[in-house]
Amino acid sequence: MPAVSKGDGMRGLAVFISDIRNCKSKEAEIKRINKELANIRSKFKGDKALDGYSKKKYVCKLLFIFLLGHDIDFGHMEAVNLLSSNRYTEKQIGYLFISVLVNSNSELIRLINNAIKNDLASRNPTFMGLALHCIANVGSREMAEAFAGEIPKILVAGDTMDSVKQSAALCLLRLYRTSPDLVPMGDWTSRVVHLLNDQHLGVVTAATSLITTLAQKNPEEFKTSVSLAVSRLSRIVTSASTDLQDYTYYFVPAPWLSVKLLRLLQCYPPPEDPAVRGRLTECLETILNKAQEPPKSKKVQHSNAKNAVLFEAISLIIHHDSEPNLLVRACNQLGQFLQHRETNLRYLALESMCTLASSEFSHEAVKTHIETVINALKTERDVSVRQRAVDLLYAMCDRSNAQQIVAEMLNYLETADYSIREEIVLKVAILAEKYAVDYTWYVDTILNLIRIAGDYVSEEVWYRVIQIVINRDDVQGYAAKTVFEALQAPACHENLVKVGGYILGEFGNLIAGDPRSSPLIQFNLLHSKFHLCSVPTRALLLSTYIKFVNLFPEIKTTIQDVLRSDSQLKNADVELQQRAVEYLRLSTIASTDILATVLEEMPPFPERESSILAKLKKKKGPGTVTDLEEIKKERSSDMNGSAEPASVNASAVSTPSPSADLLGLGAAPLTNSAPPPSSSGSLLVDVFSDSASAVAPLAPGSDDNFASPDLASSEVVSEEPADTVHDADELFHKFVCKNNGVLFENQLLQIGLKSEFRQNLGRMFIFYGNKTSTQFLNFTPTVICSDDLQPSLNLQTKPVDPTVDGGAQVQQVVNIECVSDFMEAPILNIQFRYGGTFQNLSVKLPITLNKFFQPTEMSSQDFFQRWKQLSNPKQEVQNIFKAKHPMDAEITKAKIIGFGSALLEEVDPNPANFVGAGIIHTKTTQIGCLLRLEPNLQAQMYRLTLRTSKEAVSQRLCELLSEQF
Amino acid sequence: MIRFILIQNRAGKTRLAKWYMQFDDDEKQKLIEEVHAVVTVRDAKHTNFVEFRNFKIIYRRYAGLYFCICVDVTDNNLAYLEAIHNFVEVLNEYFHNVCELDLVFNFYKNLGGNLGFLGSSHHLQVYPTMGQMVTVYTVVDEMFLAGEIRETSQTKVLKQLLMLQSLE
Repeated sequence: MPAVSKGDGMRGLAVFISDIRNCKSKEAEIKRINKELANIRSKFKGDKALDGYSKKKYVCKLLFIFLLGHDIDFGHMEAVNLLSSNRYTEKQIGYLFISVLVNSNSELIRLINNAIKNDLASRNPTFMGLALHCIANVGSREMAEAFAGEIPKILVAGDTMDSVKQSAALCLLRLYRTSPDLVPMGDWTSRVVHLLNDQHLGVVTAATSLITTLAQKNPEEFKTSVSLAVSRLSRIVTSASTDLQDYTYYFVPAPWLSVKLLRLLQCYPPPEDPAVRGRLTECLETILNKAQEPPKSKKVQHSNAKNAVLFEAISLIIHHDSEPNLLVRACNQLGQFLQHRETNLRYLALESMCTLASSEFSHEAVKTHIETVINALKTERDVSVRQRAVDLLYAMCDRSNAQQIVAEMLNYLETADYSIREEIVLKVAILAEKYAVDYTWYVDTILNLIRIAGDYVSEEVWYRVIQIVINRDDVQGYAAKTVFEALQAPACHENLVKVGGYILGEFGNLIAGDPRSSPLIQFNLLHSKFHLCSVPTRALLLSTYIKFVNLFPEIKTTIQDVLRSDSQLKNADVELQQRAVEYLRLSTIASTDILATVLEEMPPFPERESSILAKLKKKKGPGTVTDLEEIKKERSSDMNGSAEPASVNASAVSTPSPSADLLGLGAAPLTNSAPPPSSSGSLLVDVFSDSASAVAPLAPGSDDNFASPDLASSEVVSEEPADTVHDADELFHKFVCKNNGVLFENQLLQIGLKSEFRQNLGRMFIFYGNKTSTQFLNFTPTVICSDDLQPSLNLQTKPVDPTVDGGAQVQQVVNIECVSDFMEAPILNIQFRYGGTFQNLSVKLPITLNKFFQPTEMSSQDFFQRWKQLSNPKQEVQNIFKAKHPMDAEITKAKIIGFGSALLEEVDPNPANFVGAGIIHTKTTQIGCLLRLEPNLQAQMYRLTLRTSKEAVSQRLCELLSEQF
Repeated sequence: MIRFILIQNRAGKTRLAKWYMQFDDDEKQKLIEEVHAVVTVRDAKHTNFVEFRNFKIIYRRYAGLYFCICVDVTDNNLAYLEAIHNFVEVLNEYFHNVCELDLVFNFYKNLGGNLGFLGSSHHLQVYPTMGQMVTVYTVVDEMFLAGEIRETSQTKVLKQLLMLQSLE
């Protein structure tokens, strides 16, 4: 191995490093570094041309300074110069500097690309390796443009060295993730699949990652990988522990490769070919068998490697969900791990069992471990392990064990970490509702929840209990009695006062016969809490009082006295004052009949999915999109004060008015069967940011090019709703063919747009209108481009004034530059405070590729000549679809013109057809586009054909235009 | 896939950072600090896995150094945990003794020679060649590329390193 002070001569560097190490203080270090930087700068600027050696030395020093954590703002050019050296060490330093210090947008990329090109062509495996690693590390779009065509060739060429193949495979993977559109599938794909058979396991290891990612996007194209992966896996798991030599790790044959192959197989359903399927089952059985064998080594490395493979095999078994025998064996194996002394294994077993619980074949087997899991909840020291135990209890819960599980969770809640309390509350609330045979148990459970963890009981939870009580008359009397008793406690949580106020206001009469809970006692009890409560709760209680006036005429005067008191009638809070005045007036002038009608019992709520479930999904769904529609509705119902016993609004009398929509679930139905969303890795930068809303750009149909981190690690998560940003898709599509209009509107906010586009540039004015009479504070609109979109679309915005007065409108300008063609739309996220609540919503901003169209007029002859030129199957995209609107020729013409292309009359021999032509302008290229729309009136169908020189463009334009008719 | 690899000392000083996706510098700094905060509060009774934003960190502590890999939540925890160890064993094999490893990571003081497999120190004061620092980055690229595991055979990696060394 290397001698310590080798004679590569860079003594100056060694001395410098030693100086730095010897610095006694940070200041001294900075001083020494500044001196060195000045020295290097002067060398670089000096007249004397530096030789390669000196350049390397100085670039090295800069690198060292950078690695110490200091900024470096020069030396890039010298580093790039090093790339063309023929000496390995010089080249290596140049590449390292670039990988570490050059970001992908750098101006230098062209120069770097040139050097890389030379190295790739050098046929020197070392140089090729350096170049490929540099591409893989930087991975910019420019690099993809330059090398995406070349790398597949290197990868599948017969004479490429193994180590170069490894690098090429992963380099291509990086480019595919950055710019999938630039890595078209082709002849090379089938040859890549055959790398699974390669003799060199390192090549197989690298290639499997590439194939897995490609297969997720193009399952058909890579279908043959299944049988190859199975046979490779089979050879590994049946090999003796020494057969694979270099690839055996602590007596486990090729553990990482095995894991990768098992993950590749999870891209597909169980193999159809019985022989392949049989062989795979054998493999999985062998892996399960090996878990039972005595360990070949006591080292933790051995068991970790072995169990890595085992857990991945179990994931595959769960993914297939088709072999009851394997599922039950997997469950038993995990059951053993639940009591293992390694915390890691207990954690992973809990996590993995969670998914097993959702399979009908293994649900019962999972349930047998309930005691162990409950015990984990009580004894585990690591909160994340306890968290997994809660998840598993939730997943294994059914009617048979719900009472026990809910009781244990409530128990745990008393001591649970603050960080997970809210989630446990939601889970308890859901289980209690879902498995309630007896609704008295449900009511008790929720009240217990409020007692134990009132602060963590969100509105959804107490709204829901009210909804259920209102809808089920068999539980109303019990609920009234129970809340009455609970309210006796000297200190009770405000949420309990809310629930109590609401329920007694509706059903207090059911317990009024008991002298211990006579009307006056009920009223006094509630009113004793009144002054300790916040304004919204007091407002709710006032509504309870007016309901009491109707329920219990005998205490009317008492209530009127309270309403009449100065503290009510002259309350500083407008809402409270207004209620007091109106309720007092109502109680005075309305006849009993009118009162009885206006203050009638709330009608049942329409049955729908619990919003608690939705809330839990939101909490549990990293990488998925918060359902903003729902938040918006909940907020608005909140603002309208709908969570009160009754709205005095006449419309509330007989039908549930929109404002009485407690749960705000009108729209956005949640489908339990929705597949787990494939979270787009391209969004990671956003996902990484703290704001919950930043996940919004996961637009439907967004071209997700990453290994989908399938988040379905528990049943809860696997129930994620389909991702939507905001159900404004319809509005979004309206803007495809027009530039001005209203993009979004709710009770608070209206967003209008005006935009103009010219060539590859555009400008959009966004108008935010405050529809309320109250100021919006911290008003922050942000335009977000996903990682995928960012390189293609340059958007510049200025921040707007953070305060928007009631009734006022503010304007924001977005300057737009289309750099290259793109698929997704940017997301407009808006956050602000309204009253006491934080508002957060996201809409897709209708900046679409067709906005950069310039119409082109051409003759029939020209048109068809070009049409023929674009006859490559990849250039054409066709869509046949049903008409969504009346098939009116004039409207269709207007839409095609609005879409941006020229409408070419008398070009198509069939006068019923429409043809158009235009050029998409981007900064980098111009793309000619031809389109043809053939209506079939009889069938009420259209056929739309797009031909452009670029597949992705044809695809995108076709998608956009198809939505218009 | 791997989102980033960080090697930090107990004080939170970064010894190596490798990013497999685009972050701007501020974001990197934030991530470095957050990782340090979540990892250092954990002890031996804890798992080697921590949920981290929408990802997870798989980490292992060697004397005063934390080796952390940030991966997708569905990635295989144990496979990455052992990938860290495999990487450390390669470094240890190549850099032979603590002293040299110290030169690269500057963690001699923290280490105190109490880590068996890292060997013991014979040299009192030596200056590193920059080559050694560069080598660590080379080792990373040999074993992990584009956020994926590239090569797992210690023999193959060491052979390649020796070959490259002969070019110096």
